[in-house]
Amino acid sequence: MDEQRLDGNAAAGVLAEIFTFEVTTARAACVRCGATGEVGAQMAYVTEIGTVVRCSSCDNPLIRVVHQNEGPQRYWLDLRGIEYLQLQQRQ
Amino acid sequence: MTEVAAAPRRLAWQIGEVVETSPETPRTKSLFLEVPSWRGHTAGQHVDVRLTAEDGYQAQRSYSIASAPENGRVELLVERLDDGEVSPYLTDELQTGDGIELRGPIGGWFAWDAAEGGPLLLVAGGSGIAPLTAMVRHRKAAGSDIPVRLLNSSRSYEEIIFREELERLAAGDETLEVIHTLTRSRPDGWKGYGRRIDEEMLREVAYPPEERPLAFVCGPTPLVETVATALVGLGHDPARVKTERFGPTGG
Amino acid sequence: MDAFPTERDTGGIVMGRGFISRGFRGRRRQPEAASERMPPGQYLVDGFPVLSAGPTPRTPLSEWSFSIQGEVDGPKTWSWEEFRALPSETITRDIHCVTKWSKLDTIWEGVSVDTLLEGVETAAGYVLAFSDGGYTTNLPLEEVTGGKAWVAHTYEGEPLSPEHGGPARLLVPHLYFWKSAKWVRGLKLMNGDEPGFWESLGYHNHGDPWREQRYWGD
Repeated sequence: MDEQRLDGNAAAGVLAEIFTFEVTTARAACVRCGATGEVGAQMAYVTEIGTVVRCSSCDNPLIRVVHQNEGPQRYWLDLRGIEYLQLQQRQ
Repeated sequence: MTEVAAAPRRLAWQIGEVVETSPETPRTKSLFLEVPSWRGHTAGQHVDVRLTAEDGYQAQRSYSIASAPENGRVELLVERLDDGEVSPYLTDELQTGDGIELRGPIGGWFAWDAAEGGPLLLVAGGSGIAPLTAMVRHRKAAGSDIPVRLLNSSRSYEEIIFREELERLAAGDETLEVIHTLTRSRPDGWKGYGRRIDEEMLREVAYPPEERPLAFVCGPTPLVETVATALVGLGHDPARVKTERFGPTGG
Repeated sequence: MDAFPTERDTGGIVMGRGFISRGFRGRRRQPEAASERMPPGQYLVDGFPVLSAGPTPRTPLSEWSFSIQGEVDGPKTWSWEEFRALPSETITRDIHCVTKWSKLDTIWEGVSVDTLLEGVETAAGYVLAFSDGGYTTNLPLEEVTGGKAWVAHTYEGEPLSPEHGGPARLLVPHLYFWKSAKWVRGLKLMNGDEPGFWESLGYHNHGDPWREQRYWGD
C-alpha cells in the first residue's frame, strides 16, 4: 500500500487551476503502454512540490504540474505522457 | 448574478461563512457553510480548504461535500486527526461566523447524479461516508427509487457517522439498504458484521455483477484497495467501480 | 485571488493573502537560536514530511545495485553487500526542502560519493542521479565531490525506510532536498548538463537554499 498514491480525482483541484474543462472525466491514452481510461481512474501523487498523474497500468507520468504560488505565479505543465485526450463536448 | 451558459473559467478561491457546526461522532464534526458565489455541485465532489496564518503560511486539504446538491448550504465532514495540521483547526478552533477559504466543487469523475441510474453500490470506511452520504441525500431529494446498497465500515457503533439519518432514510425506503460492519468493538447483542470488509462480505452484500451496479468506494486507502480488488474479482466491470482513496488514515 | 508582499521575514518576502484564517498558526516552529542556520523562507518541522512523485519502489536487496556509468573509463557496479562493505560515514546535517520545511541536525550514515568515485577516470562535468521508478536529478560533478554528498543507507540509526528513499538515497544536504534523490540506483557522468525530473519542470537547475534558488529564473 502506497500512502501517497491517490485516485486521479485528487489532482482535480490543481488541474482546475489551469484548465476550464473537467479533466478527470476526459479519456487519456498512455503514450508508453497505450492503455486508455478516464484521468480520474489513473493514479495521482499530489504534494506541495508538484502533482504527477501516472498511468494506472504502467506508472508512466501522464501529467506533471508544478505551481509557483508566489512571485511570478507560474505553472509548468508536462502532458508528454498523454498520446491524446478525448473530451465530451459541453452540452 | 447568475452565470450565462456556463462560460468556462478556472476554479477560484472563495470565502464561505460557517453558519453552523455540529459534532457527529467523538472524532468528527460537520461544518455548514454559506458560500455566496457557490455554483452548485454534483454528489461525490469535494472542495479544497485553505488556511492562511498571519505571516502568510498556508496549509490546504481536500474535504468531500456531504450535502446534497439540492441543499443550498455546503456541508463538510471533518475527521479530527490528532497529528493533523488542518483538521484540529477546523474541529476545535473554527466557530460559527468565521470565514473559511475554499474552492470547489472539484472532481467530476467521482460523482453521481440520479440521472445516471444504478443500481448503486456504495462502500464506505470511516469518514469516507461523506461523499456517499451526499449521493444518498441527493437521491432522496430527487425523489429517485434507484436501488442503493450502502456498506459502511466503522470502528464502533458510536463512531458510525450519520447513523441516525441513514437509519431513518433506510427505514422509510425499501429501495435503500444500509449495512454496517463494526471492526473494533460491537455493542452487546450486535447481530451485524463485525470485521473488516472482505471479498466474502462483498459477495453477500453486493448486487450480482449481472445487474451492472455503479460502485463508489471511499475511505482509507487499504480499505478502498481491498474492496475495489474484491469487486473486480467478483466479476464487476472495473470501469463501473470508482474509488476515492483518502490516504492512509482517511480525511 | 490577489497576492501582495507584506513583510520581509529572514530575508524572504512573505506573500500575504487577502484572507487570513482567524487563529490558525500551523505546525511549524521557528526557535530564535536556530535562525541563523535557516535559509531564507524556511521553517522548522517536527516530523519528516514525505513528498513523492510516484509509487514507492520495493526493489529486493538481492536485485539492488548501484552503478557509476556514462563518461567514465571503467563503469563500476556494486551489489548491496558490496556497497555495504564500503567505508561508511556518520554525518549530521541540516536539510532544506524547496517546499519550505527544514530539519536541523539530521543524522545519516552513508558512503561518500568521493569513495564511490575513487579510481574513476572522467572528464565529465555533470552527473545525472537516477532512481528506481524513473526519477532523476542533475548536478555539477563538483557539487557531489569534496565531501559534499553521500549515498545514505541509514537515518537516525535505523535502515532508511522505503518512504524516505530506502534502501539508499542520494544525500546532498547543501542543496534543496529534491536533489537528494530517493531510491537512487546510480550516477551517470555526463559532459553536458541534463535537467532532471523537477529541473525540467520549473525547479531551479542548481537549487541553493541560501540563495533561495527554488524556481527557474530565481
